[in-house]
Amino acid sequence: MAGAIVAFLTLCVIGSLVQNKRFEWGVVRHYMTDPTILRGLVTTLELTALSMAIGIVLGVVLAVMRLSPNPIVAGSAWVYIWLFRGTPVLVQIFFWFNIAAVYPRFGLGLPLGGPQVAHLNFTTLITPFVAGVLALGLNEGAYMAEIVRAGLISVDEGQTEAAHALGMSRLLTMRRIILPQAMRVIVPPTGNETISMLKTSSLVSVIAVVDLLYAAQIIYSRTYEIIPLLIVASLWYLICTTVLSIGQYYVERHYARGARAQQAAMLDFWRNIGDWRPFLGMRR
Amino acid sequence: MNPMVKAEAVHKRFGRLEVLKGITLEVQPAQVMCILGPSGSGKTTFIRCINHLEEINAGRLWVDGELVGYRQVGAKLYELPDREVARKRQQIGMVFQRFNLFGHMTALENVVEAPIRVRKIPKGSAVERGKLLLARVGLSDKHDVYPSQLSGGQQQRVAIARALAMDPKLMLFDEPTSALDPELVGEVLDVMRALAESGMTMIVVTHEIGFAREVADVAVFMDDGVVVETGDPKQVLVNPREQRTKSFLSKVL
Repeated sequence: MAGAIVAFLTLCVIGSLVQNKRFEWGVVRHYMTDPTILRGLVTTLELTALSMAIGIVLGVVLAVMRLSPNPIVAGSAWVYIWLFRGTPVLVQIFFWFNIAAVYPRFGLGLPLGGPQVAHLNFTTLITPFVAGVLALGLNEGAYMAEIVRAGLISVDEGQTEAAHALGMSRLLTMRRIILPQAMRVIVPPTGNETISMLKTSSLVSVIAVVDLLYAAQIIYSRTYEIIPLLIVASLWYLICTTVLSIGQYYVERHYARGARAQQAAMLDFWRNIGDWRPFLGMRR
Repeated sequence: MNPMVKAEAVHKRFGRLEVLKGITLEVQPAQVMCILGPSGSGKTTFIRCINHLEEINAGRLWVDGELVGYRQVGAKLYELPDREVARKRQQIGMVFQRFNLFGHMTALENVVEAPIRVRKIPKGSAVERGKLLLARVGLSDKHDVYPSQLSGGQQQRVAIARALAMDPKLMLFDEPTSALDPELVGEVLDVMRALAESGMTMIVVTHEIGFAREVADVAVFMDDGVVVETGDPKQVLVNPREQRTKSFLSKVL
């Protein structure tokens, strides 16, 4: 019965979406493949991919550091996480965009006036896109560190002991034994983070990076077709998150090797989401 | 010839709690030593010290004439770096109470992992050797099965094969049958018996008095962090001299 009510309400919503002329579906269709929108989409995907790559690598390093027995190593990771999780990502985006004001040139060498090995010119190197990737990636690293750490401590201590007893070094144990098993805990929230990053990356419009949302805004500020263009952007975000969700399913399946639950019910993805009958209160 | 294991006044503390209060023992090559005693007596901690899963606070522990996990300079001990400890551990196999098989790997992958990654043995020959070892523990039909699909007894036999794959000089067993259903204990003890007959040096922490009496060359009774009695198992486990051994045996038999 409840299922039938939900189905009826869904039909009402769909009907209104189709019939209300003010959604201007023709305009939506026209701008879906507009070059400005597509360029914005590519920028959004690049931002997401690069920042997540930085975030994941940094997250693994920070998580391993936090679990180190050395207090200086563990402490510095803690301070990093504290700093980057504790300040708004919007502030961090502005900060990296303006880094050249603090460090016009960046020298690599010994501290306190030692000889310099190399130096970088930040004024030309930090473009808005680079600032965006840096800000989002370094911020994401702090969040990923906690996700990875949760994964690492979820693996039974006995696994480490068994690996050590076989003569495996700490690094090899981490890479071959602990991380692969931690992945089962790490992947679902990482999928969440990636989907979240896809949309958070739109914050870079504040430093004039033309991502998907900003591209839509540029167009509607000219044509005043606000709602249709917001729908265009939303549809593209939805398409991307759908693709990511499917990818996540397969990554999760890969890392479920050897897990008890996975063998018991290895259901097909499409059958999982495709079976609509229970929604209508019918028996399978 | 060096004793395989030599312990000299080994002390171990966990915080305030002194778990080992000076253990002195020797195990000769090809000997099987069974360590018995009530829980909390320190027997598991002691064999974990042998392959440096636990640090020791005082005393000396040698395996085949070499200090484990430490370097001695003068009278002081310095802990070896991770890589060196790992290298020494390769010669010491260990079997755990809770098997600790790698859950994301099949039985065969469990067995060949360390030979390939640590000893850099080519994959082909490691796999060949791994199959022989699985056959030796009676599991030649379980190569591609994950640990979660195996019974406890089968998992423990894979764990024994995994330890043997590194060609250890010494095998440590930490209550290898304590986590098993009673009907599965026999299959694991059979494998251990065959291993003892092949001339492997073994230290076995166990509650299986029958196994100790039958297979061990030396029985050790520990209680409260000290060795209470040691000697021929037929004497220690049948006609013990010490009162504490007698009362323990009367409770478990």
